[in-house]
Amino acid sequence: MTVDSTAGLSRAEAEVAARSARRPPRRRPGIRGREAAAGWLFTAPVIVLIVLFLVIPILMAIWVSLSNWTGIGSPFSSNVKFVGTRNYRFLLTQDGLSRQNLMQSLRNNFYYVLFVVPLQTALALFLAVIVNRRRLAGRGFFRTAFYFPSVTSSVAIVIVFLFVFGGSGVVNALISKLGATGPDWFSQQAGIFHLGLDKIGVHKAPGVLANHAFLGQSWWEWLSGPSLAMLVLIILAVWTTAGTFMLMFLAALQGISADVEEAAVVDGATSWQRFWRVTLPMLRPTLFLVLTLGLISTWQTFDAQFILGATNPTVVTPAYLSYQTSFNNQQWGQGAAISFILFFIIIVLAAFQRWVLRDRDEAREKRMIRKQRRAAAAGRSS
Amino acid sequence: MSQTVEPTTATTPATPPSRTRRPYKVGESRLFVKVATYLALILAATVYIFPFLIEIGTAFKTDADATANPLNPIPHTWTTAAFHQLAQVDFPLWFANSAIVAICVTAGRVFFDSLAGYALARMRFRGRSALFSALVAVLAVPGVVLLIPKFLVLNQLHMYDTYSGMIIPLIGDAAGVFIMKQFFESIPLSVEEAAHIDGAGTFRTFWSVVLPMARPSLITLTILSFQGSWNELAHFIVSRQNPRLNTLTSGVATLVSGQLGKGNQYPLKLAAALLMTIPVAVLFFVFQRYIMRSSEGAVKE
Repeated sequence: MTVDSTAGLSRAEAEVAARSARRPPRRRPGIRGREAAAGWLFTAPVIVLIVLFLVIPILMAIWVSLSNWTGIGSPFSSNVKFVGTRNYRFLLTQDGLSRQNLMQSLRNNFYYVLFVVPLQTALALFLAVIVNRRRLAGRGFFRTAFYFPSVTSSVAIVIVFLFVFGGSGVVNALISKLGATGPDWFSQQAGIFHLGLDKIGVHKAPGVLANHAFLGQSWWEWLSGPSLAMLVLIILAVWTTAGTFMLMFLAALQGISADVEEAAVVDGATSWQRFWRVTLPMLRPTLFLVLTLGLISTWQTFDAQFILGATNPTVVTPAYLSYQTSFNNQQWGQGAAISFILFFIIIVLAAFQRWVLRDRDEAREKRMIRKQRRAAAAGRSS
Repeated sequence: MSQTVEPTTATTPATPPSRTRRPYKVGESRLFVKVATYLALILAATVYIFPFLIEIGTAFKTDADATANPLNPIPHTWTTAAFHQLAQVDFPLWFANSAIVAICVTAGRVFFDSLAGYALARMRFRGRSALFSALVAVLAVPGVVLLIPKFLVLNQLHMYDTYSGMIIPLIGDAAGVFIMKQFFESIPLSVEEAAHIDGAGTFRTFWSVVLPMARPSLITLTILSFQGSWNELAHFIVSRQNPRLNTLTSGVATLVSGQLGKGNQYPLKLAAALLMTIPVAVLFFVFQRYIMRSSEGAVKE
């Protein structure tokens, strides 16, 4: 969604900026003391804002997640008690409604990520490759058309999708033209894997899956797949964000020198081979960036859930659940705890992805250098 | 997928048969690729544009027409009833609130981000690199986990349900600092030195010499900030509950989620969606190259 994508860009810019920051400082005459004062003065407003609305809030939320605050009065008043990890225990280890809701939201969001991230990356890459063709009529037009949803409000887009997939909407009208009846997209709660199995005659959970549970949900439930309502939100996310990522791929494609492609042509590579063996490996850094940004933003999806979440529990995500738990149910401790659980999930997954997609050659090279250094050091010390 | 290389060999009759075969096939498949490419593009463009046509058309339909002919974007009978109805609910107020918030956030971000970006790019002071690393760390914090924390601090500061509570937290924006820092690093140092020699102070140099040179980046930052704050939803859900303070996003979202059960009223909802899209769409089409460039620049080495 739009909000996520701008945040994503900024993170990318940060990486670029971080690289340029390592340049040595320039020599320049001037009065050091005054420059230091001016430096802090110039950065002070931003520092104050970030401390006040990012650092302090996080610290406060850590306290609230460990307390029994119910939203009445200040969370620091004397009648708010420290309860240790009770909120986290309710959410993670104790059987009950809290854990059930959290696990369902994690399952919903897991399928959302599982479908959105690969699909949006593939679509973005596909669009970038075809828009990048050198002799293409209306290049600018197509680029604008694919990018435009990225800048529009997520609320407006959700409304359009509500109509397009609504009971009497565009998609169902198309389906009935084909002689079938479209489903009731937004109120369906069964997972699509379950629906698919139902079609081929599996109406009931196999005993193994139904009788074994993990974190309070049976394996049969874990393997449900996204509901139809969530499927619509998956399509929505892929449709809106592909344009942003397409631009990133386009920039990278334009950075690939024509010589490389020509060399591949001369070597007799077909265009299919050229794409897989030449273009794609060169896009690796961008691919990594897009996958990471996609993974981070899909775990944060909130806007569509705010509009639909109250009517269908199968679209609820942890981000929305933490809002609902705090603001609607006044269980602020649990709500804050859900935020931190989500925070933890995002950090761990981003690190895991970094590790999976690491450049193996580079890693091997680094290991070699380290080994040599160690050997050299050992040689010196003995 | 280069098309530029050796298309002529395919039609050269003088080449021996063993060599003509392959290039000829390539030429044939090239035509096929071309047709397939355009078909794919047109199909994709339809999928991308049609929903917006539906949005515009349905906004001018009657409820019955919208339900009966969802596929046809052209109304049977044109009506502006949906827009009149929107004027009855607090829509104009929401629009004004969105405008106030977006303009204040944009102005604040552009000013403070360029100040901080300039300091980080040009001034040498103790703790600068630590400060920079801290800002990088800030960017890594997923925004959505801050919703409840932000409410807590606004409540504590008695800024909940006020314009300042809706505006000020959005101004602190590490991303904009980076955009500006990168830009300031790209302009030559000599200009500022000349200003210094002429006796201009640090702020004076920044304000009347450096900032005017930063116009392209300032435009980019302005548009990104305006678009971001205009489309922001989550922050306005946790920073206020007074209906008089609804922005377009929070107001329309509440309207839609509240009425889901009762009737369809699609022309009304789509008219609201259309009206809230227009300001950003206008900005987008006017300043397109600045927006596109900023996201392309994100991956440029």
